[in-house]
Parts: sequence; C-alpha cells; structure tokens
Amino acid sequence: MKGYVKYYGKRVGWYLITLIIAVFLNFLLPRLMPGDPAKQLAIQATQGVTDPTVTQKVLEEYSAKFGLDKSIPEQFVIYVGNLLQGDMGTSFSQNPRTVTDIVGSSVGWTLALQIPAILLGWILGNALGAIAAYVRKWVDKGVLPFFMFLSNVPAFGMAIVMLFVFSITLKIAPTGGAYGYDQIPNFSWEFISSVLGHYQLPFWTMVLITIGGQAIGMRSMSIYELNADYVKYSRFLGIRDKKIIGYVFRNAMLPQVTGLALSLGTMVGGNIIAERIFSYPGIGTILFTAISSRDYPLLSGCTLMITVMVLIANLVVEVLYGVIDPRIKAAQQDS
Amino acid sequence: MKHQLKQVFHSPKFVVGFVLFMIMLLSALIYPLVSRFGPLQLVATGFYEPGTYISLTDAIDSQTYKFNVDMAAGRAEANLSTADREKMKTWLVSFAGIDEGEIDVGNTEALIALWQANYDSSNPQSGLISAEKKAYVRLNSTIKTLANTEDKIIAQNGEDGLEEVGKVQDRQFVLKSEVANEVTVPLGTDNFGRDVLTELTAAIGVSLRIGLIAGLIATVIGLSLGMLAGYVGGTLDNVITFITNLFTVIPSFVILILIANSVGEAARGPEVVAVIIGLTAWPWTCRSVRSQVISLRNRDHVNLSKLSGHSLPRIVVMDVLPYVASYVVMALILQISSGILAEAQLSMLGLGPSTATTPTLGLMMNWATQFQAHLNGSWWAFFPVIISIACVTFSLNLMNTGLDQVFNPQLRDS
Repeated sequence: MKGYVKYYGKRVGWYLITLIIAVFLNFLLPRLMPGDPAKQLAIQATQGVTDPTVTQKVLEEYSAKFGLDKSIPEQFVIYVGNLLQGDMGTSFSQNPRTVTDIVGSSVGWTLALQIPAILLGWILGNALGAIAAYVRKWVDKGVLPFFMFLSNVPAFGMAIVMLFVFSITLKIAPTGGAYGYDQIPNFSWEFISSVLGHYQLPFWTMVLITIGGQAIGMRSMSIYELNADYVKYSRFLGIRDKKIIGYVFRNAMLPQVTGLALSLGTMVGGNIIAERIFSYPGIGTILFTAISSRDYPLLSGCTLMITVMVLIANLVVEVLYGVIDPRIKAAQQDS
Repeated sequence: MKHQLKQVFHSPKFVVGFVLFMIMLLSALIYPLVSRFGPLQLVATGFYEPGTYISLTDAIDSQTYKFNVDMAAGRAEANLSTADREKMKTWLVSFAGIDEGEIDVGNTEALIALWQANYDSSNPQSGLISAEKKAYVRLNSTIKTLANTEDKIIAQNGEDGLEEVGKVQDRQFVLKSEVANEVTVPLGTDNFGRDVLTELTAAIGVSLRIGLIAGLIATVIGLSLGMLAGYVGGTLDNVITFITNLFTVIPSFVILILIANSVGEAARGPEVVAVIIGLTAWPWTCRSVRSQVISLRNRDHVNLSKLSGHSLPRIVVMDVLPYVASYVVMALILQISSGILAEAQLSMLGLGPSTATTPTLGLMMNWATQFQAHLNGSWWAFFPVIISIACVTFSLNLMNTGLDQVFNPQLRDS
C-alpha cells in the first residue's frame, strides 16, 4: 500500500507541475500576438462607434482589466488568481456571458461524446488487433487494412462523409446539433430520445476512426508475445491454447494502456474538430466560433479546458495502469 | 545498404504504400502543369457537377441531325424526381379524387397524361398552405415545358426588333465532337467556381511540402535532442526528458492552435504553418530516439571508440547514428503524415495558411465546409479531398509498417 501512495503521489505531483506549465503557456502564447492586443480588442469592441473618446475609454478599460500596464510576471499572478476563482473573463462575441459559463455548458457534451467513443474504439481496436494476430489470414489481409485506412481519414473528413451519407442521402439521421430544434432540455423521454438520435453519428464517426490505430499496435504486441519463450514452454507443457491466449493478451494489453495515454491528446484534438461538422454544442464548436469571431478570452478558455481534460484523462489512465501492472507495485515496494 | 533496399522492396506493404504515394505525388506534380486552368482560377460561378459542358451557342450553330426518338418521355424521365412524382400522386389522390391504385409513379408517360387531364390550379385545394399551392403551380409549368414538342425559334436583335434566324425542332441533335467549345471538369467546380481536380492536385503538392518541412524540422530537433539526452545523460538528459514528457502530455494540438493564433493571419503562409507544426511535433521522435540511444550507449563498439579517444560528435555520428538510422527514417515518414493531418486540422479551425495563391488540402476542406457542400449535395467538393488526405497518410503509414517489418524481424509474416 505504501508503494502505491508513493507512486501516485509522485505522479500527481508531476501532473500538477505540467498543469502549471500548461497554464503558463496558455497565458504567454496569446500575449506574443504581434501588435497591442488590448488595442485590437478595443477596436473590435467599438466597431461602428465614431466617437474617439469612447474608443479610448474602452481601450483603457481593457488595459486595466487584463493588467496590460503591468509587467508579465505580475500579469501572470493576476491571471492565475482569476483562474483560481473560476474567472476566465468575459466573452467578446457572446457578451455578457462569461467564458466560464460558455465553456462549462459545453464541456459536458464533449465528455459525454468523447469518453465513450474513445473507450469503445479502443476496446474494439484491441479486439481486432488480437484477432488479427491470432487468426492472421483474412482478418490480417482484409479487415485490418480496411480499418487502418479508415483510421487515416481525419475525424472531420469522416464526419462529413457520415453526415452526407446518413443525413443528406439516406435521411435517417439528423443533420446536426445535440437535440432537435424544437426541444428544450428536460428529463422527458422525448428529449432523451432526441439526444440519443443526434448522438449516433458523431459517436460512431469517432469509434470508426479510432479502431484502426489501436488494432495495429495490439497486433504487433500480440505477435511479439505469441513468439515469446513462455508461450512455447506452455505449449510443451500441454496447457490449453485458450489459457495461453489469455496470458498473451493480458501481457499485450499493458503497452496498449500506455499507448492510449500517449495518443489521447491527438485523438481528442481530432475529434474536437469533428464536432464542428455536426454543430455539436461541445468545446470543438465553441473553439471554432471563438477563432472565427476572434474571441480571444473564449479561445484561451477552450484551449485551457482541453488541456485540463487531456491531463486528467492521462492521470486516470496512469492510475489504472498502476493497478493493472503488478510490476509497478513491486518496483515501488523494492525502493 | 543495397541489400537492405532490396529487402524493403520485397515487403508487400511497403510496395503498396510506395506505389500509392508515387501516384499521389506524380499527379500532384504533373496534373497542374497539363491542366488548362490554374489551380485557383475561377472558371465557373459556383458548385458545378463533374462532367463535360458544351457551349449552347456553338451547339445552335452546329450541323444538326434528326433522330426519330421519343423526346418528351426521355426528358420527363430525366427531369422529374421521385419526390416530384410522389407530390403529383398526392395531389391527384387528394384533390382529383383518383384512386391510389390507379396511379403508377414509375410510368412517367401515364402519370403526366393523368396530371394534365386533372390538374387545375383553380381547385380550392383545401388544407394546403399557399406556399404548397404555389409549388404545385411551378411543378405544373415544369411539366408543361417537358411535354412541349413545338419548335423553338432562335432570334437575334435586328434593326426592327427581333429577327428570326432559325428554328430548332424538337428532334434535332448535334454531334458532341462537332461543338466547338466544351469544358470538362472531371471533378466539378467548388464554391468559388474553381476546377476541383486542378485545385486538388495542386493542394496535394502544397500539403506534401508542408508535411515534408514539418517532418524534417521535427525529426532534426527530435533526433539531435534525443541523441544528446540518451548519449550524454546526466542533468542534460533530465532536462530534455522533462520537457519531452511535458509536451507529450500537453496536447500539441493545443500548443499549435495557440501559436498559430498568435502568429496572426497575415504572417501565416504555408511555410510558416509548416515550421510551427514542426516545432510542436518533435517530442515523439526525441522520446523514442533517446530510449534507443540509451540501449546503444554501452555497446562494445561504442566503448572501444571511447577508449580510442574519439571525440563525442564522432562517436555519436559514426557509432550511434547508423543504429538508429532506420528508426529515424520511419519516424520521419510518420511525422510527414501527421504534419499533413495537422495542417488540415488547423485549416478546419480557420487557423490554416492564409493565402490567396496556393490551396492546401485543409483549406479546400474548410472552404467546402464553410459553403456547406455536404449539406447541398456537392459531394465532389469534399469527397475527393478526404480520399486524397486519407490516401496520402495511408500510403505513408503503409510504408512505415513495411519498413518496420523489415527491420523488426519478429513482426514479419511467417
């Protein structure tokens, strides 16, 4: 038990440092923008206003609000202080809504879509990879390459194709949104079925493109394991094939868990862009509107939220990995 | 070296990937040169379906031929959609009192005859809103034109008004090859009216260049840092490993968005975007190179070099590099493919290269989405682009897998 506490303590500490650096980058990079950001924002906010004193006043207000008259380290302290109070500023494009409010209302949709999609894609991918390694033949030559090709289609491309086929041509799925335009969020059966109906296309899009990448890794790992000495030895001992395969796939799974942690960021990034195609009200759609309407506080809120989500997901995967892999426990107890 | 190349080309996966890649590369290099349009030339005025278009005035002036075929039926067959037919049926059943069983929507001729005998726009049509009534009036006039077999008169503006210069009879045809002007757009045109095939092949070229620049930068940085960290070790290793771990957990996608946004739209040419992608993509390569170098560091031949007093750069280049070379080539290939994807993703968010002179695969996708090609059925504006992105990255990944099987004998197909 002591080994676990030490291991997890170390990991959590490391993730905290990473988070701080991520917050710092999120703070610093937008401030490297050429030109005076406050001025640009003021010009945008006062578009159509002819009175120069108003522009000047808005400019001063923005400078004070973002603390642009102070030095960079001081600004960072203010920024972190605001963040800790859950204040990420006010959105320009959806004034007077706060960034926290907008991002908060979209995070749930993104999580509800991506966690199940990535998990199912990962499980199906591992199953396919394991079968391909064991059966070879047609699975290896036909099914696997097909899914590998699919996994090379970018998420947004897959999204457009799915939308075109199922919504526009076959007309069996809605064209976008998270629920029907005539619905108001509530706990009725009608609303829930509408949500589920709108959920299908984005969900299966993300599952389909996840399978191939996971399968190819699992296939390699399983082949490595199938050729290992312990497998040959077990066969000599006359242990049943079924039992050996159980061992093999358990061992091959371990690197796949790490693989999941490593590819989470890429997957989430791709899937988030696919949200735009379905006009799904998640972070991705908000991110897109923030960029196209030059809404910097909102953009910064979105990127920070995505980073935090990926960091937490990584931490969860690592915690699980520690539980699954007995070697970690052993290593911690030795030291 | 020669032996290894020979082995590589014996791997079926590598060969398939290589051939696919060469097809994409060659089409990107050659087609824009032979195409009669520029990649961003506005040849049309919007989404045009793929096909060959022939000039109408030239067709009128061409030699005419007469065929004895039924024109009206063919026209109706081609121009009346299933939805229109269903609409006609609904009207006939509800307002003309015709039995549903009598109407066969598949039989165009009978349906039109029945429609012309029964449709009356003055029918009160109770239950229909006025927009629906108007839609039926429009449908009726379409059907009238389809059934019209009278001659059409061609006239020109003369001194006293219109002067008749010719007649076009219903069953006159022209020979396609005799029409002087024709335009072929094999993949249609996009929302701006650009020829999609020319634009696409040019875009593949630009995207490959972006991928190559990004991949080279990422590989050079990753390789040098990875070798340093792995071979030198100590504090340097700790610092580099820390940074690498940091950026494998913080999504590079987010850093990419932040930097691309900070650079500003005016400065974001294709090369700048490529450099940004390269600068954010190196941690992967660095991480793997480092772990490989660590396993090489204490090999006998390296120790021998050390004892012989060779300098550090010499040992790294002569004794370590050759052992990671095959891996680095594979990493480069993967970096190129992920660079192409990264550009496409950035463009989809509106942070792609801002340029009016070169298309990229991502920009084409962004335009198609923004002008809702997928919602108005213009599949040719986005489908070929998606297939191209997938083919390029798939071919690169296949080559990578093929190489992997050659250099890791355990993965070979037994």
